[in-house]
Amino acid sequence: MKNEKSGLIVSVSPHIKDAETTERIMWSVSLSLLPAVLMGAYFFGPRAVFTVILSILSAVLSEYIFLKAMKKKVVVLDGSAFLTGLLLGLNLPPSVPFFIPVIGAIVAVIITKQLFGGLGYNIFNPALIGRAFLLVSFPRLMTVWNEPAAAFIHLDARTTATPLGILKEEGVTKLIEVFGDKWNLYSQLLFGHRGGCIGETSVLALLIGAAFLMHKKYITWHIPISFLGTASLIAWIFGGQEGFFTGDPLLHLMTGGLMLGAFFMATDYVTSPSVKNGQILFGTGCGFLTMLIRLKGGYPEGVMFAILIMNCFSPLIDRGFRTKVFGAVKKPEQGAKQ
Amino acid sequence: MSQAGKISYRELVLNGIFKENTIFKLALSLCPSIAVTNNVRNGVLMGAAVLFVQVMVNITISLMRNLIHPRIRLPIFMLVISGWVTVTDMTMAVFAPAAYKQMGLYIQLIVAFASILARAEMFASKNTFVPSMFDGIGMGAGFLLALTVISFFRELLGKGSLWGYQIINAKPLLILVLPAGGFFAVGLLMGFFNWISTKYEGRQ
Repeated sequence: MKNEKSGLIVSVSPHIKDAETTERIMWSVSLSLLPAVLMGAYFFGPRAVFTVILSILSAVLSEYIFLKAMKKKVVVLDGSAFLTGLLLGLNLPPSVPFFIPVIGAIVAVIITKQLFGGLGYNIFNPALIGRAFLLVSFPRLMTVWNEPAAAFIHLDARTTATPLGILKEEGVTKLIEVFGDKWNLYSQLLFGHRGGCIGETSVLALLIGAAFLMHKKYITWHIPISFLGTASLIAWIFGGQEGFFTGDPLLHLMTGGLMLGAFFMATDYVTSPSVKNGQILFGTGCGFLTMLIRLKGGYPEGVMFAILIMNCFSPLIDRGFRTKVFGAVKKPEQGAKQ
Repeated sequence: MSQAGKISYRELVLNGIFKENTIFKLALSLCPSIAVTNNVRNGVLMGAAVLFVQVMVNITISLMRNLIHPRIRLPIFMLVISGWVTVTDMTMAVFAPAAYKQMGLYIQLIVAFASILARAEMFASKNTFVPSMFDGIGMGAGFLLALTVISFFRELLGKGSLWGYQIINAKPLLILVLPAGGFFAVGLLMGFFNWISTKYEGRQ
């Protein structure tokens, strides 16, 4: 607001702003997911790329239409709808019918984000709610996994089970049998040559993106490391079949959506705590719930539900770990007898 | 006691359906509105049961209002309500045993409905027989309408059927018949209802 007479600018604090904007962060996170998209394209073919693009387009379009219809300022270019669509697309199986990403994106953007007040007011991670909605609504379509790299050669790609599915149903020996030997299994998991969602399979690509985000200081180590650490600790203690401390934590870390979830979904600014100690608690809770669902629950994979459940707690965690205001004296409770 | 003089019967009924709709406006009785609305038949039966209890309670209380000592009015109201709920419960058990098996618990729960006790306290105990009856019809019809609309969308989209008959040969959105989908449906319809009604009221 410019004062006409004196030329002074009158505004509320904060007065010094960083060059970082929401837009820049959103586009950088999207950029950091590019390796995962490329690996998804390599393993699952053009159809997977088209699914991701369709998901992004529906997310951006539904945000645009909703904001227009509600006569709000159209801020589609801030990249948040783009990122939501991208994350949703990467979390879908490669061969879903084309109406699936559209429905998911509408639920993610309109119900989860805009109806709660728009960017910054949503309680839950929009892309994950979109996926949870799809998984519960279309349980069969959402669990058809293509065999990687088959998509290029055969038009009717063969289906396969995810490593976690095999692990849950038939145990670790069967899983090693499927992949040949143990080292082959690890290297295949590292590059992403396995059945799974489009963007979750390649651990290497996700780690490259995560390293970029950490280098740029867009995410800190607190949530991902506590998330992965707790998950691997529980996998080591309780994950084995021969008793305690015989589990294989590496196997659990590299399968499912754990890498994608820990670095790109749980670290969402809006739905995770902003206090550092709280972030560690948040990550620990996510890791614990993920392993609880994987080892004891009905679904083979629990990252999505774990993050969504912990999303509910993040306002509470923020309250509990609130930093002390420097120099402030604690006031006695109102109405309390002294 | 002269409240009804100013308000027409038509307005009394419309008040219950739109302005003070139990579910969409007052957000009361949400437990049965999620629990029984996964098919239209249960939704309509539940709504009809509430409509009946609401009307009969309002009539009884308005007839008894000069006999009830103000200090013990609430226990008396509860006795009247539970009496009529028992009547409904037993009638349903005889004439609609299949539906009763699924939702008998919720029929008995009508005793604890805030909206019924509230209308007895706020309206029937202060008004004469006829306006109380119309108030009961309005409030009950509002509840019936809400439950019908919710269960219509949930059954049609969740199971592809209506009143048990298959209409679409698919299950477009399975989530809607699950409890989680109940929250989605009630929330979205509540938002839509309020959006419409603010537009309508703004135009008046």
